[in-house]
Amino acid sequence: MRTTAIDVRVGSDDFNVQVEYDALCSHNTDDGAVVFFVGRVRDLNEGEAVHSLHLEHYPGMTESVLQQLAEQAAGRWPLNRVRIVHRVGDLHPADQIVFVGVSSPHRQAAFDGAAFVMDVLKTEAPFWKKETGPDGTSRWLDARQSDTTLAERWR
Amino acid sequence: MSEPVQVKFFARLREELGVSSLNIPAEVVPDLDALLDWLVKAHPQWQPALQGKLMTAVNQSMTSSNVALQPGDEVALFPPVTGG
Repeated sequence: MRTTAIDVRVGSDDFNVQVEYDALCSHNTDDGAVVFFVGRVRDLNEGEAVHSLHLEHYPGMTESVLQQLAEQAAGRWPLNRVRIVHRVGDLHPADQIVFVGVSSPHRQAAFDGAAFVMDVLKTEAPFWKKETGPDGTSRWLDARQSDTTLAERWR
Repeated sequence: MSEPVQVKFFARLREELGVSSLNIPAEVVPDLDALLDWLVKAHPQWQPALQGKLMTAVNQSMTSSNVALQPGDEVALFPPVTGG
């Protein structure tokens, strides 16, 4: 029985990709594949200039949904390590938002496991983005059908 | 007096209602449908916002059906999520 090491973090602090990668690899000679994804703030979204982005979440539920996603991924693919980091609070263009990283003996499991976590996170983890433009007006982002479609392929 | 049901609102919905959470006596909201009816009756001005596309969580687990509520339950209503 495989035991997957799962690490989930939600907070306002930035993360260091090298540190997260090292945590997937250190003292790990079982895994030949590491796949990670980093989501970042863009300066243009749906044709609107973005000055800043506020990320709200549902404390408690957020962490438990991310933990469940990591466990589901580990149940579906042979992943030895899964790390999810998601930031909340006020961010600006080029800031990092989310890190999803997995390690596995084989690459296809690593690719699929990371894509699964990211796709389902986008439709089920209770985070909400509010963008503020250069003129100071802000708007809540609407969920996208394309994200729902991507998540549904894993059902 | 049993514990109330706590209702939390997030993001755009929280701003539209102007409230982040409230407590309802558990006796008057036996299930989720009753809770939504109670909210609209008590606050008719909330009807447009509550009729929008919303997600529902009970005790921090997403649900899409009309589940029964118990005293002390935590219900959350919020717009479709947009993280990542």
